[in-house]
Amino acid sequence: MLTEFGKVLLFLIVGAMFVVGGLVASWLLRPHRPYPGKLSPYECGEEPVGEAWIRFNVRFYVIALIFLIFEVEVVFLFPWALVYRELGMFAFIEMAIFLAILLVGLAYVWVKGDLDWDKPKPHIPKIERSHSPLRASASAERVTA
Amino acid sequence: MYELLQQLLGDSILVYVIGAALPLLFILPYALVTVLLEMKVSAHMQDRVAYMYTGWHGVLQPVADIVKLLQKEDTIPGVADKTLFRLAPYLVFMGSYAGFAAIPFSSAYIGSDIDLGVFYIVAITSLAVIGILMAGWASNNKWSLFGAMRSAAQIVSYEIPTALSILVAVMITGSLNLQDVTHFQDGGFWNWVVFGGPLPLTQKLLLLPFTLVSFFILFIAGIAEVNRTPFDLPEAESELVQGYNTEYSGMKFAIFYLAEYANVFLVSAIVVSLYLGGWTSPFGEFMSGPIWGFFWFVAKGMFFVFMQIWIRWTLPRLRVDQLMYTSWKVLTPFLFVCIFAVGFILVV
Repeated sequence: MLTEFGKVLLFLIVGAMFVVGGLVASWLLRPHRPYPGKLSPYECGEEPVGEAWIRFNVRFYVIALIFLIFEVEVVFLFPWALVYRELGMFAFIEMAIFLAILLVGLAYVWVKGDLDWDKPKPHIPKIERSHSPLRASASAERVTA
Repeated sequence: MYELLQQLLGDSILVYVIGAALPLLFILPYALVTVLLEMKVSAHMQDRVAYMYTGWHGVLQPVADIVKLLQKEDTIPGVADKTLFRLAPYLVFMGSYAGFAAIPFSSAYIGSDIDLGVFYIVAITSLAVIGILMAGWASNNKWSLFGAMRSAAQIVSYEIPTALSILVAVMITGSLNLQDVTHFQDGGFWNWVVFGGPLPLTQKLLLLPFTLVSFFILFIAGIAEVNRTPFDLPEAESELVQGYNTEYSGMKFAIFYLAEYANVFLVSAIVVSLYLGGWTSPFGEFMSGPIWGFFWFVAKGMFFVFMQIWIRWTLPRLRVDQLMYTSWKVLTPFLFVCIFAVGFILVV
């Protein structure tokens, strides 16, 4: 007799076996004729420029961090939801406090602009053109010319 | 189902292996049908006819596609990380296939009757995120990497609305096991959770707007989880070629494709089991039973698969900032309101 999680393991194994089966079947049928042009990474027909293993936008990390906080919160909410109707008013008030704290967190992230893909930049006041010595000399040259 | 197999084969490990392989027998024909359905629906929506030459009205085209993919050369870029490149299709397919373990296909069959149920599905399908990231990173191709990063950011962002809308249904049904959830909704369509579940009438009427909202949000977030239009930025073909699977060809590409279609049904199956009564008949006792149960489950599931295809050919793709806006500033606050309201109605 197999436990329920043993069956889950069997599902994973069956899934892996299916992929193995498919790949072996295609390995028996397919040709294998590599040459350098075929093996270069696809870049719309151009010669690849540089490596693809580059640093990516910091936004992805911020999204991952926000996700982590809320996911942990959701994990805490699941057992609560499961016994919710048995516990009644006590569970409601307790979770209302918990959710309220998290909503404050969401509001904070929202106001800070971390939920926007393009984070709003701090406002930098513009310098008047006439005040810049470089600009003034450039315009003077244009006048003489 | 396991009892029946035990009677036939005796108590051996073979019983469980067959039990675990049964969803595969459903997924493969389903994928063939859906590939054809997608092409035909899109064609007819655009006033075309799609495949017409292979078989009657092109019904054999998916089979021809499989034969082609099997014979295709499998190239791995010279600069790729070859181990990760080979490992990625396994993770993606195992993640979506293991999700089917907790889906009740009928009153007689559920792969694994674990109490964690839908929570387990949410957890195990996250394997696909690792697989996608792995595929994108290992390819050493700019399109693949960007596609994979976008895909991971999108899936994790929409995991929150998905989990919260599942939570609303769990609060009403009081169980995570989808088989129990389905039994809870037995007895006709008015008992479905989307209509407030089998509760007293006043409670049902009060719950109705909130369950409807969370039902729609679960479906929207589900579409985003499987990277389909209008949330298909990871494989936006006009900007990223093919996204994370640009470098994959032949059977490895076919595995990614199959996993995507399996996920499309998995999302529909979760929506159907939680909110639309799973395998229960919409007419109470009429047309109920294990075989009819399977029929109803597949019929409801396929309806939502059709809905996803319909949406794909109707809506344009979102921008990245709109994507994040939808998830964090629209869906999540709405669900917090739903959770508070449902919680309040259930205790008062």
